[in-house]
Amino acid sequence: MTASFLRRVRVAEVEPVASRIKRFRLVSADGEPLSEFSGGSHVTVCMQAPDRLIRNPYSLMSCPSDTSSYQIGVLKVPDSRGGSEFMHENVSIGTELEISEPLNLFPPAKLARKHILVAGGIGITPFMSMMSELESVGADFELHYGVRSLAEGAFCKLLETRYGPRVHLYFQDKGQLVPLEQVLASQPLGTHVYVCGPKPMIDWALRSATLAGWPDENIHSEQFTAPPIGKPFVARLVRTGREVTVGGHQSILEALEQNGIDAPFLCRGGACGQCETAVTSCDGFIEHNDHYLTEAEKADGRKIMICVSRISGDAITLDL
Amino acid sequence: MAVSGIKSRPVYPGLSPDPNARSNVVVCDVAGAEAVVELLTRADGAFARRTSIILSADGAGSEQAQALAKRLEPAGVEIASGLPAAISHLNAILDQASMGLRLYAAGSEPLIGSVVQAGLDHFIDHLSIRTEHRGSLKRRVQCVHCKGMTEDVTTNPVTCSHCGLLLLVRDHYSRRLAAFQGVCINAESPGERPEPNVEFP
Ligand SMILES: Cc1cc2nc3c(=O)[nH]c(=O)nc-3n(C[C@H](O)[C@H](O)[C@H](O)COP(=O)(O)OP(=O)(O)OC[C@H]3O[C@@H](n4cnc5c(N)ncnc54)[C@H](O)[C@@H]3O)c2cc1C
Ligand code: FES
Repeated sequence: MTASFLRRVRVAEVEPVASRIKRFRLVSADGEPLSEFSGGSHVTVCMQAPDRLIRNPYSLMSCPSDTSSYQIGVLKVPDSRGGSEFMHENVSIGTELEISEPLNLFPPAKLARKHILVAGGIGITPFMSMMSELESVGADFELHYGVRSLAEGAFCKLLETRYGPRVHLYFQDKGQLVPLEQVLASQPLGTHVYVCGPKPMIDWALRSATLAGWPDENIHSEQFTAPPIGKPFVARLVRTGREVTVGGHQSILEALEQNGIDAPFLCRGGACGQCETAVTSCDGFIEHNDHYLTEAEKADGRKIMICVSRISGDAITLDL
Repeated sequence: MAVSGIKSRPVYPGLSPDPNARSNVVVCDVAGAEAVVELLTRADGAFARRTSIILSADGAGSEQAQALAKRLEPAGVEIASGLPAAISHLNAILDQASMGLRLYAAGSEPLIGSVVQAGLDHFIDHLSIRTEHRGSLKRRVQCVHCKGMTEDVTTNPVTCSHCGLLLLVRDHYSRRLAAFQGVCINAESPGERPEPNVEFP
């Protein structure tokens, strides 16, 4: 992706929707309507912090055919490098931001007979647009949404009003968990399951569906992966002959961008494959944090997804 | 397995058991039954007991079919007279089925194609159907001119059983129709009739 694909938007509305979650409505800042998108899409939001440019992906929650504005919901993450905190503390009505065009790595299956949506916490966001889309085409779906408590769960009331008995809420503080085994046990042939939420929840849901005899083709997930922190190391670039230090709180991609080096990316979450980079050599171990490379490729160590993976060691040499 | 550069040509990776499936439904012909015997030896008895097999007997005598069914035990075997009967039996099972069912097909391409087609009618992703090609390479061919289907095609070119045109059998395959495409070979010079070769024995 390059800068030419960025759109300028203005914040038209900010609403706290749960104890640590805010909803933002973004309108075009240049008068041109925004692009239509498909349910499950996200955009990359660029935030100009005092010391650096932060780029985080956020799922679109609005109705996909509504080109007058986009909505995103952002959870404030403690101890973070600051993107979500920036959105909560520094962004208010009138703030201008840059966003990428929408990208969908989590679309509903076109040929499904029925859709089971499983959300945990902030993982509800991609399902908001997905449900709008499914509703508009008359598709059969149900939502199973687990939250810590009513205060911490976003959109509980709204969802119940909008979708009625198709919405099933589970409150952890009341000891309620998504009864996934039961939910999966009696679905008609051609049902697809989608899960978005914390990593342990996703792992549990994927395992449950597989153990219930669901084919891989019917199981879909999206994880809100952020680049994990680690120790600083050096990235050597063979083609440009440059050397870049990757800070402990930076991804390789972010370090390249900070040094004015353009590298391809789309999702910045280890899912799309766009930032795949060949490894020439590595003094240390690659910590693969993506969901894109196969286990064999990860073990092989000749490829790295620079948006989320790093190394523990001194230096890595990349074919860039 | 036949190899082709044309993308729509399906591939059949071979049967492997899904140990997690609540029920397994296998459709095979006499040649494909050998692949199913191998599938069962690769899994445990519990897998076999969760498995129903629909055997399309085609020309085989009832003794041969019974003997085959015996070798497939303890899986339940239903013997169907031919492919149409096997598919209508499959449809009846799929009409009642829920998630957790795994579908398999082994045998000729028309058999696999018909199973995949029945699966599509029941919202089953074709990639989740485990398939193995065995036996004859015969094809089902749709004439692109009259849309008629010609079954059990072994030669190329072949005469359309509906409109009589001489058709070149291409590798273009339609999953929806479960058929290869046949295009008139001598449209420019109708007098010329190239000799049919047995290409799909
Ligand atoms: C496809 C996709 C869609 C997404 N959609 C949404 C959405 O709709 N809503 C939403 O809220 N988020 C979404 N995210 C996540 C979002 O992009 C950010 O990752 C998230 O907001 C956190 O960003 P951050 O800059 O505040 O934190 P980051 O610094 O990116 O930190 C994320 C995590 O890293 C760890 N971490 C980082 N730095 C430190 C540190 N110094 N000390 C300790 N731990 C640290 C923390 O555990 C933290 O939870 C999505 C992600 C992807 C990939
Ligand atoms: S940008 Fe999508 S995997 Fe790295």
